[in-house]
Amino acid sequence: MTSGQLHGRGLGGGTCEGEALVTTEAVAGWGGIDQRTGTIIESGHELEGQSIAGKVLVFPAAKGSSGWSGVLHMTRLEGRGPKAMVFNVMNTKVALAVVVAHVPAVTGLDQDPTTVIRTGDLVRVDGDRGVIEILKRKEEHASGA
Amino acid sequence: MRLTDDEQRMRDGGDGPAVAAAMDLLVRYGEVLGAERLIDTDNVCGANIFNARQSELGGGAPDQVFAEISLDSPGGFEIPSVRAHSCQLIGPMDTERWELQGVPPAARDAIMDSESYSGRHGINLLNTCTPYQVGNVPVRGEHCAWMESSAVIYINSVLGAMTNVEGRESAAAAMLTGKIPDWGYHLPENRHATVHVEVTVDVTSNRDWGLLGYAAGKVAGETVPVLTGLSETPNLAKLKHFGAAAATSGGVEMYHIPGVTAEAQTLEQALGGRRPAVTVTYGPAERAAAYARLNTTATDSDVDLVMIGCPHASLDQIRDVCDLLADRKVAPGTELWVFTPRAIRLVAERSGYGDRLRAAGGQLMSDTCPAIGRFVPGGTRVIVTDSAKQAHYLPAIMGVQGWFGDTRECVDAAVTGRWQGELS
Repeated sequence: MTSGQLHGRGLGGGTCEGEALVTTEAVAGWGGIDQRTGTIIESGHELEGQSIAGKVLVFPAAKGSSGWSGVLHMTRLEGRGPKAMVFNVMNTKVALAVVVAHVPAVTGLDQDPTTVIRTGDLVRVDGDRGVIEILKRKEEHASGA
Repeated sequence: MRLTDDEQRMRDGGDGPAVAAAMDLLVRYGEVLGAERLIDTDNVCGANIFNARQSELGGGAPDQVFAEISLDSPGGFEIPSVRAHSCQLIGPMDTERWELQGVPPAARDAIMDSESYSGRHGINLLNTCTPYQVGNVPVRGEHCAWMESSAVIYINSVLGAMTNVEGRESAAAAMLTGKIPDWGYHLPENRHATVHVEVTVDVTSNRDWGLLGYAAGKVAGETVPVLTGLSETPNLAKLKHFGAAAATSGGVEMYHIPGVTAEAQTLEQALGGRRPAVTVTYGPAERAAAYARLNTTATDSDVDLVMIGCPHASLDQIRDVCDLLADRKVAPGTELWVFTPRAIRLVAERSGYGDRLRAAGGQLMSDTCPAIGRFVPGGTRVIVTDSAKQAHYLPAIMGVQGWFGDTRECVDAAVTGRWQGELS
């Protein structure tokens, strides 16, 4: 079953496939993500304790400290960065993070990715064309395993 | 993005490879933003533009580490002095009280080396999260490129300067080029409020202003709120606490309080003549909810550390702590640490406040804070602070419990060793 495509503004970085980690809450970088492990550490965040490392991070917005790009930069150097970034609200924190993360990134999508994509879905992110394809829903992973 | 001839020349290497790398970073950044051009800036504030921790990962010569970590470039070139007037924000270590922080001597030496590297490159070593308290006070309409979310929201809103929240790499590139993408809060049309917060409770203490900011940030998210219904004109410390909190729970970079902040005398001016997209009330229930969220990490009443000065304390706040202490002493097993910009500390020492704090068993520190420097006294399990921002971040960063309250409650906790705060 094809689960659909989302179209938006590609921010570059090529194409990758990976497992989605989705939140409907804005994400803090500095003080929100441990730059050595990629683990989300913000108290009370719905993803607290989960790691962005190797995941397609799907989130509404980057919030909080100006250390956002610095943390994403460090997670890349530690090998604990996200595989791709998909988000709704453009701001300087997330833009600079996209630049230094060196991964595919897409924003401005025609559907809200934080509700259409679910954690555990296998997705393809084309950061050059701005297309996201849901390749396999999480349930199908489970039944196929 | 369209570059001017001068900018294109810089990008092509006309001012050397470091400036070219900086311009390349700004162009990549501007294209992701969707900016159409760059603008000139001569007021840049960066944090950790170069510091010793980066060497742990970069591992190379200072210029190479700077290129890789601060310019996202392969490097292989010399870093010249910065072009724009630039300053260093808060950093990892108090260069005088580093032993109190538990910094090993080798790490201290590395941090001192990185500090002198920045100084040699023409970066003013203000080493505070509040440059606007110690001489870098942008004027209305001045295009800046600042990091530090609590400082950005202050200078945009209170002073009417124009900056986005920059990051380490964009600030470093702006220092070397005097340029930054013309986007976001550099454009007048983006500076109007879209969220109206009607305040129906008294907001008077620093704590009240922190609670209001924490609630407003949660509601406003990435947007610009305007607040009405406030019963008093806030001072610098209250607006500092408000902004720091709003930039912590949300991504607020600008707000209006008609008659107080720089760009709005009236609600209509704040909204730019439009109707607000959202109107919310801040009343007793919202205040209580913000208080509960800020105290969610703590259960134990035995206090190990009382932290005052996030953002860095003003001279008045330091004196207030001394007066609240009166002749009392800090309890055994509890520490009272007050953080302030180095320049203010000099005056605090001259005024006798440093001696008064130390006589009570407290400490006056500068250049850093526990969240930025990642340090607390050995064995610390429970911290107390009058800062919503520090109460939000320090438990996540250091794995401690955090209580948030007003300054009087914090000083009392330092004296008794017990947290007895409540929302009155």
